[in-house]
Amino acid sequence: MVRTRRGRARRDAVGDLLTSLLRGEKRAAAKLISLIEDDGPGAPDAIARLHPHTGKAHIVGFTGPPGVGKSSLINRLVRAYRGRGKKVGVVAVDPSSPFTGGAVLGDRIRMADTGSDPGVFIRSMATRGHAGGLALATFDAVRVLDAMGMDLIFVETVGAGQSEVEIATRAHTTVVVEMPLTGDVVQTMKAGILEIGDIYVVNKVDLGGADSLVANLKFQIQPRDGWTPPIVRTSALEDRGVQDLVAGIERHRSFLRSSGGLRRREEARAREEILESVRRLLADRARRVGSVGEALERLSASVAARTIDPQGAAERILRRATRPALTRPKVRRGRTS
Amino acid sequence: MPKKIRVLIAKPGLDGHDRGAKVIARALRDAGMEVIYTGLRQTPEDIVEAAIQEDVDAIGLSCLSGAHMTLFPQVVQLLKRRRSGDIVVAGGGIIPKDDVPKLKKAGIREIFGPGTSLAEIVEFFRKAAKGG
Repeated sequence: MVRTRRGRARRDAVGDLLTSLLRGEKRAAAKLISLIEDDGPGAPDAIARLHPHTGKAHIVGFTGPPGVGKSSLINRLVRAYRGRGKKVGVVAVDPSSPFTGGAVLGDRIRMADTGSDPGVFIRSMATRGHAGGLALATFDAVRVLDAMGMDLIFVETVGAGQSEVEIATRAHTTVVVEMPLTGDVVQTMKAGILEIGDIYVVNKVDLGGADSLVANLKFQIQPRDGWTPPIVRTSALEDRGVQDLVAGIERHRSFLRSSGGLRRREEARAREEILESVRRLLADRARRVGSVGEALERLSASVAARTIDPQGAAERILRRATRPALTRPKVRRGRTS
Repeated sequence: MPKKIRVLIAKPGLDGHDRGAKVIARALRDAGMEVIYTGLRQTPEDIVEAAIQEDVDAIGLSCLSGAHMTLFPQVVQLLKRRRSGDIVVAGGGIIPKDDVPKLKKAGIREIFGPGTSLAEIVEFFRKAAKGG
């Protein structure tokens, strides 16, 4: 087989990392996550080769407003699951600055006492401009930790507002965390984040006032696909209710397995991931085609002058961007996996 | 997407003064970097473990307790032992002038004392991430 020297070196680099990863080496996991997150050369190849090794871990998403105690609660849960001999991965997402692209990733502070446990891997991730409460590469990082052999993977979204609901299309179990004293019954009646939970947690019960929030949530929560989401009271500060939350997660996991929900969720996630990859590939291709730049300039002027509408302009660019690809033999396939 | 610069800001040892570390974290954030801040009272082992999992380009250590001669070189040694000697280590805090050459000899790339400008520190990490 003829292959360039550079191409071979690159391929081997990914292969070496994969071999180390499957042996459980943390350094390899970290390097693979960076490779994919930075979308470096070899990233599509890495994703494609990781995929067959995944599908074993149970993925639990945590969402809720900033400061309700998601990180502290995850820290308690990690310890509870470690006590049961399970290996746990955590991917914690914090926002990037829309102005500088920088970020302060602080979720690890709350997990300081678990980060060095040999059976735990924690990765902080900045959103890098992606909306919806997750980063684009969040579930690629999950894939890496899954392949590494983690039994559970906790994904912490950015402190979410009312509409950051992407996590529910990706995780097996979605935990919505709330805290007392944050609003009246109308707040819990609004659409969005309070519809997506498989489990609802009222954290910080040590503050008091939890009863009315639990009552409001009960009024709002409805059974979905045969599952009635439980409401669990916790205090991450005082380590209360954590075993109840473990029990809730385990119960939902068994339910998904026995009801066929697990396969449905896996397929729903695959659908989202395929569509996302299609969007990304199209955008990449549009950017790579030299003539698109000119066309974009020309069409921007036309849209501003109201001689064409933005969607019509997009369609023209799309036609231009996809046409040469049909005749080009080199189509990178890995990324769609 | 160009590779993002990732920096771990950590406080080894027992002092609780982290205003300086937070100011640095904020400055690096404003310079477009991703800063992982791990909080107070970390052991060198915790810091190295976090640096590896987060795959950072560099570590900034802040110490105001006087234990820098023990803690800073330990971080460098542990990194080497974990095949991660490519991660650049810098330090800051209340560090006597006489200690600076010794720390540099022990593998700490740079020491920033009180009065250093934020621009200088930002520039240092930018260069460090480029392998300079």
